[in-house]
Amino acid sequence: MLPLILEDLTFAARGRTIIDRVSCEFTPGPRTVILGPNGAGKSVLMRLCHGLLAPTAGRVVWRGGRDERRPRAQAMVFQRPVMLRRSAIGNVTYGLKLAGVAHAERNRRAQQVLDAVGLRAAAHEPARILSGGEQQKLALARAWALEPEVLFLDEPTANLDPGATREVETIVGEIHASGTKIVMTTHNLGQARRLGDEILFINAGRLAERAPVERFFAQPSTAEAASFIKGELPWN
Amino acid sequence: MGDIGSAFGEAANLILALDRTLYGIVLLSLQVSLTAVAAATAIGLPLGAALAIRRFPGRPVLLVTINALMGLPPVVAGLLVYLLLSRAGPLGTLGLLFTPTAMVFAQTILVIPIVAGLSRQVLEDAWHEYEEQLRSLGATPAAAATTLLWDTRHSLVTVVLAGFGRAAAEVGAVMIVGGNIDGVTRVMTTTISLEASKGDLPLALGLGIILVAVVFAINAAAQIIKSAAVRRYG
Repeated sequence: MLPLILEDLTFAARGRTIIDRVSCEFTPGPRTVILGPNGAGKSVLMRLCHGLLAPTAGRVVWRGGRDERRPRAQAMVFQRPVMLRRSAIGNVTYGLKLAGVAHAERNRRAQQVLDAVGLRAAAHEPARILSGGEQQKLALARAWALEPEVLFLDEPTANLDPGATREVETIVGEIHASGTKIVMTTHNLGQARRLGDEILFINAGRLAERAPVERFFAQPSTAEAASFIKGELPWN
Repeated sequence: MGDIGSAFGEAANLILALDRTLYGIVLLSLQVSLTAVAAATAIGLPLGAALAIRRFPGRPVLLVTINALMGLPPVVAGLLVYLLLSRAGPLGTLGLLFTPTAMVFAQTILVIPIVAGLSRQVLEDAWHEYEEQLRSLGATPAAAATTLLWDTRHSLVTVVLAGFGRAAAEVGAVMIVGGNIDGVTRVMTTTISLEASKGDLPLALGLGIILVAVVFAINAAAQIIKSAAVRRYG
């Protein structure tokens, strides 16, 4: 269903333009990191891509325009994991059930992803009593079980300690290695370097720069990106 | 003072002697109120879920109406049902007036706004938390509503109990549509009202004690279940 193409994508709320005419293409393969300061519109851009928000102008086109419906082969992991009041494995099979996966297959896949994220022992624990790091790993497992073609991650480690952050980053790498396109937002430069193949730099709702990760950090082509990397605050 | 003391003594005797009249009245009360609460829950929870999840024209009006009806005086509800079921009324041919069915009907009308209005609040709070995740997973509105109802079940128990409290405590509606007929439609509250005005304090007191005990027992059980569930599921 890739590429995902954004055409002059615009989103405004309460008279304020949050995403301003963003056009770009997401191709299979490279891990795309959407980088930018707080309030730049990263999360809104991701929700527009995922179909949780409807654009006020412009289009989100999957599969080069042949299929305009919101495809199912995508998943999203949020900054704050939303845990349903059931067991860890119940949270995973819930997503699979909504995706129409048969009962026996649901359990098999759920066991498999829980093993993969290191939550086998917690499978029958209530999800809401897991730690923050475990909950985020469970959210990754729930998304991974759907075997999505694209996985959107919205600041997945923003609320986590360094140890849990490292684990989440490892899992994201494994999901990518299993063939899933990764699109992730972050404002953490180290994480962008570690996890990104290409950078989309968003500032004040506009796509300011797009570059492979090495080039972006070595030779940013815009002044905004350069000062963001240097840790200055160009938006003030 | 001595009169009141002996009334308490006689009330205790009635309760302990398993007085047939007294327990017949208790049983009918529970049957009527529990049936009404079951019916009101079956209608009120889906209504509350729809109000929590969907935005449709007329929703604000419906919300205000339900909130206002939470305070509907039971005698007014009774009067409306009386008019519906009386021989000249639109449902008069059913012959339901002065039967327990009419009492269930009236109490259901009293309890629906409680269940719908309070559950809407609980479900809307949960929806704020769950909405993006459930939409991301592709949940239809019906699937989302079912998930919300299941995930808030421990809070909804309290909502249903509030409905039961309203049904068990009211006098006005069952008095009007039931008629307080001895052995047929006489329930705890209507009997207490009647016996107290006749001066038969022991029966009134005995029923009063049982009524309060029932309400206490049900609320205590619900509280125990709820706190156990919160410890278990977080």
